[in-house]
Amino acid sequence: MPIILNNLWIIPLLPLLGAAVNGLFGKQWSQTRVNAVGISSVSLTFLAVIELVREYLPLPPGVPWVRSYAPWMIAGTFRADFNFQIDQLTVVMLGVVSGVGLLIHIYSTGYMAREGGYYRFFSYLNLFMFFMLTLVMAGNLVLMFVGWEGVGLCSYLLIGFYFLRKSAADAGKKAFIVTRIGDVGFTIGILLVFWTFGSVNFGEIFKQAGGMPVEGATQIGGTLTIICLLLFAGAIGKSAQLPLYVWLPDAMEGPTPVSALIHAATMVTAGVYMVARMHVLYSHAPLAMLVVAIVGAATAFYSATIGLVQTDIKKVLAYSTVSQLGYMFLGCGVGAYAAGVFHLMTHAFFKGLLFLAAGSVIHAMGGEQDMRNMGGLRKRIPVTFWTMSAATLAIAGVPLFSGFFSKEAILDAAKDGPYANIYLWMLGILGALLTSFYMFRLLFLTFFGEQRYDEHKVHVHESPKNMTIPLILLAILAVSGGWFAAPTMLGGPNYFENFLRPVFETGAPVASAAMAENSGAAETGGAALVKSLLAPGVIVALIGFLTAWWFYIRRPDLPKKLAQSMHGLYTLLLNKYYVDEIYLAVIVRPLLWVSTNVLWHTVDEKVIDGAVNGVATGAQGLGGELRQIQSGNPRSYATWVVIGAVGVTVLVLGVWGMVR
Amino acid sequence: MNEIPISYFLVLSAILFGLGVLAFVVKRNMITVFMAIELMLNAVNLAFVAFDRARGGAHDGWVFVFFVIVVAAAEAAVGLAIAITVVHNRQSLNIERVNLLKF
Repeated sequence: MPIILNNLWIIPLLPLLGAAVNGLFGKQWSQTRVNAVGISSVSLTFLAVIELVREYLPLPPGVPWVRSYAPWMIAGTFRADFNFQIDQLTVVMLGVVSGVGLLIHIYSTGYMAREGGYYRFFSYLNLFMFFMLTLVMAGNLVLMFVGWEGVGLCSYLLIGFYFLRKSAADAGKKAFIVTRIGDVGFTIGILLVFWTFGSVNFGEIFKQAGGMPVEGATQIGGTLTIICLLLFAGAIGKSAQLPLYVWLPDAMEGPTPVSALIHAATMVTAGVYMVARMHVLYSHAPLAMLVVAIVGAATAFYSATIGLVQTDIKKVLAYSTVSQLGYMFLGCGVGAYAAGVFHLMTHAFFKGLLFLAAGSVIHAMGGEQDMRNMGGLRKRIPVTFWTMSAATLAIAGVPLFSGFFSKEAILDAAKDGPYANIYLWMLGILGALLTSFYMFRLLFLTFFGEQRYDEHKVHVHESPKNMTIPLILLAILAVSGGWFAAPTMLGGPNYFENFLRPVFETGAPVASAAMAENSGAAETGGAALVKSLLAPGVIVALIGFLTAWWFYIRRPDLPKKLAQSMHGLYTLLLNKYYVDEIYLAVIVRPLLWVSTNVLWHTVDEKVIDGAVNGVATGAQGLGGELRQIQSGNPRSYATWVVIGAVGVTVLVLGVWGMVR
Repeated sequence: MNEIPISYFLVLSAILFGLGVLAFVVKRNMITVFMAIELMLNAVNLAFVAFDRARGGAHDGWVFVFFVIVVAAAEAAVGLAIAITVVHNRQSLNIERVNLLKF
């Protein structure tokens, strides 16, 4: 008897309850009690997800489990329900969201212990879990959009958690407004989906879209292409891709667990999930896929270059996140949706871990975030060091670590898949080189070399148990999370992709279904092993590692010299290509000018206020004239009465009489 | 027997009423204004009585006259009370000085 499958609403409802209880009553409560509510709600969700997986796996694959709980909006032929859909993709996302979410909740009990607004933090965090679970379980686009906007709201609230600091409040607003730009496209896309298919339910959309002809690769005006591009605009905003990535680095103003949960592991991957979820539409619109792949590859390379020179430990990780999200989109864009989702999962492990470990470093350093003031922390905070090393090896793509398998899967598809594009593959390889370099740079600057902080001012200490245990658990996942694909090293199957195959085969055109079949390597055994160990991705990871080692351990004087000799490039990168400044000059300033001078000082003050004030002034003037009648002089009143009486008499006797 | 035509009464009534109006508008002394009002009321009474006589019958004109007299008496009582208060406060009967409610 499936308990959770028949009561799917339990999963998102538990964190919502936790958020409500903590938000309403938590203010007076002790931290212990807030913890009890906040952690237990997410723990129960995690248990429910495990039970869900246990119940769902025996069911026949390829048939999504859909349950509708209540009608929501019905207008004419439009209908959106509160319905949830479970399939393999949802299962993966649920596992990632609830599992990583739980670990980060536990970590937060340590990290936030001395912060004000403790209950508020956990209330928001639980609320975020609610919206994120709604997003991944939603059975139609409109409900998905609710989760989509809800996580955006929580992101805003949590980035601006230290709202007394102006930069934090501004960063929250920036994140909200920039993602909103993409959401305009997303909303129009949803409307266009309804207009085209007459339904917003995934099942119905995919059934119809699956039967439609594949649009030409150069056909710009195709309906599916337009829908896909509009939906992708939403993904660009939410997942911080070019050109709307600017909010994510600023989002580091929020507490570090927030960066780990929302801006690395879960929310920012919502765009990837959405593209993967809508894969039926995308695979019928090759042009849209090409756009996705180009944006992804360009972002992967572009933001990796910025990450090279950042000195704030969290900023490096932020640009790294943007870059890794680019890889996921590259994977989706070249038709390897499973590889994209695979990277989403491993990224959630290792990037969540990187952020948490960075938080632990910041905690140890008493709030210091600048890597130039760290160094030599290896022996002082060993747990943080070892876990962060594991995550760094994973993201750099060192064989046997999780990131290796997922990144290789994406790059393989970019090179050999049915939508392969050698230029995008090269961008991906270059990005991988840079990734390896900046991650080892971060590791070396933070943990190796001489210590560059004042021993007397900073009391370096390892974090408490409730922070280190999540680190260790995530490190285990970051190392082993990719082993589903381990047999591919010997030419065997990729169990992760096999697991997701029922989802991505549904409604897919013939070409990509065939692609899934022959993605396995031709060689088996030792030859395949050698080939995968000598893959370009591995080689560039090694080069990146060696370069970072040379620059930051062997010859620590070199970076400064190089920065001086390539001053222009260095400054350009350090200032993030001046994109923020360009946006400020090209978009924000003109918008502010128009808003201030046209909308505010002209339309609002002159036209609207003018009309309102004009009516008031007119009434006042008229009254000023009319009040002269009220002279207070009885004789003048009497005169008016007489005049009136005479007038009425004349009217009655004269005019009316004549008319008769 | 020569009946006096009703128009005589009405013309007299109109003249009295007009004098009352004129006095009401022109005079400033509150007592005089009261007297002007009485004059107007009585001009109207005269018209009522004249019409009653001309129509004969039920004498409802008389009834109106009594009502008017009652109202006039009440008005004179209230009015004179006001006049006394005004004199107390203003040491004057000039109605132009009673203008507290003016804008």
